[in-house]
Amino acid sequence: MRSTTQTQAPDARGVAWYLDKAMAYLVFGAGVSAILLIVGIFVFITKEGVGFVWDTVDLGQFFGSPAWRPTSDTPQYGALALIAGTASVTGLAMLIAVPFSLGAAIYIAEFAGGTQREALKILIELLAAIPSVVWGFIGLSVLNPLIIEWFDVPVGLGILNAGVILGLMAAPIMTTIAEDALRAVPDGYREAAEAMGATRWQVTWRVVLPGAKNGLTAAILLGVGRGFGETMAVLMASGHAVQLPDGVFDSVRALTATIAAELGETAVGSDHYQALFTLGILLFVVTFAINLTADLVVRGISNKD
Amino acid sequence: MFQATALNRRNARIETGMRVAYLGMTLMLIVPVLLVLGVLIDKGAPALSWEFLTEVPLKGMTEGGIFPALMGTVALVLVALLASVPVGVAAAIYLSEYAPNTWLTRLVNLAIINLAGVPSIVHALFGVGAFVMFFGFGTSILAASLTLAVMTLPVVIVSTRESLRAVPQEFREACWTLGATRWQTIWRIVLPNAISGILTGVILEVSRTVGETAPIMFTGAAFFLPFLPQSVFDQTMAMSLHLFVISTQVPDVPEALPYAVALALIAVVLVMNAASIAFRVVLRRRKKW
Repeated sequence: MRSTTQTQAPDARGVAWYLDKAMAYLVFGAGVSAILLIVGIFVFITKEGVGFVWDTVDLGQFFGSPAWRPTSDTPQYGALALIAGTASVTGLAMLIAVPFSLGAAIYIAEFAGGTQREALKILIELLAAIPSVVWGFIGLSVLNPLIIEWFDVPVGLGILNAGVILGLMAAPIMTTIAEDALRAVPDGYREAAEAMGATRWQVTWRVVLPGAKNGLTAAILLGVGRGFGETMAVLMASGHAVQLPDGVFDSVRALTATIAAELGETAVGSDHYQALFTLGILLFVVTFAINLTADLVVRGISNKD
Repeated sequence: MFQATALNRRNARIETGMRVAYLGMTLMLIVPVLLVLGVLIDKGAPALSWEFLTEVPLKGMTEGGIFPALMGTVALVLVALLASVPVGVAAAIYLSEYAPNTWLTRLVNLAIINLAGVPSIVHALFGVGAFVMFFGFGTSILAASLTLAVMTLPVVIVSTRESLRAVPQEFREACWTLGATRWQTIWRIVLPNAISGILTGVILEVSRTVGETAPIMFTGAAFFLPFLPQSVFDQTMAMSLHLFVISTQVPDVPEALPYAVALALIAVVLVMNAASIAFRVVLRRRKKW
């Protein structure tokens, strides 16, 4: 429109015109604020943590040593045990959450009808709203005695407890996203298969699931990202011991929980403080990669259709 | 006449088996949580009372109520809403009404997805680095609320964007035809038709904000502070952090107390969510277009 000086609109440039222009810039500013914030988060945590990565720590030790002793006389900053803690808890949580939430999504999207579907969806949505600190409290005070009793172990806080809690936490969200992915498969596909005499299960297995493959993958990825970044529940249910775990009853400590437990005790700018921000950079980068991958996978579907 | 073959019968059996199996998986997700909620109600309800909500914690938080934590949570949520709702709604207006299909819009959408996926403890680190230190707010309600606002911004943007997009395009076109500017159309036609959907999203955001703990731990929530905050630059107690503190950090807390706090927290969150869902269902029924 820049070259249309001759055909300039005859409008009076009144209050409405200027208001319109001003609001266009204002909402544009708000729109790009999302980009500014995500860049801002990266810049601020990097600013605090980068000195540590550059000067203090040997990255080989950071990723290769399980010794996280930031407060000893000769501080050691090995994050391997923390990474193992996060990985083991998230892994167990996904073993629980992935099959059950995909199963629930299939039931809600393909088998349940009408009122039953609505009721289940609302129930799942309500479960997704339970705050993470409440989940942590449930792990601490409800699941902990149960694990001690059922498995005859001295302490019930560990990978098993945190994994189950995290699995139950992540499942409703994964169910909702997976169900959306299944609903996105056009009904025409289902009708075509049913017209040829396929049962509901055959339609689901042969037509709907292959069609929703990308959306389901994205649902799983987002669940992994969620488990990876969960803080309070893991802090309270995992037992919080820095060690490389041997079995599911072992106590572990997660990356997120370490930051939550130690940030309050560190002096601003100290090596320990910077080390915690470095863990934050690691968390940010990994979740960013997971979310980006999930987005690319989902876009794969919309490009194909 | 239809005669079921062996294959038909086999397929019917598989069909029934699968239906039952998947229903079982669905219930496996729901039933344990309902049982746990039952336990929380069973152990927490006896300790819930009017005094519990209106008294300050006593004797090293082993007795008394949760009044400062309750009011602190209300303050944190209100300040967070004041920051996130205007920005979130404006961003959603941009995405729904203005944004051209360009790389920049794609980048904005990607940023929103990633903002929603950043771990809450990383938001806490950002809050410490940016609001507490860089902007010099100190550990205060303002810093904690802004951290919460950044964290819940994607919820507002996405829900508002969807309710704006649900307003039929013809409404806008009719308005433009009458000579209204873009903004007049948005202000007089689009927003009034989307307002209830936007409110639903805001209620959802409140319920998210109420339960968050990690982002406020280091930015403005205090372990124990038996007074009410006087300004946004004061620290405050909060219900979510209070639950963490009395269930892990304080010795000799009577068993019912943390259960009661957990129950109060869950009640607030579930009631807000249920309200938001009910609101949505009513809206869908009443929709004129």
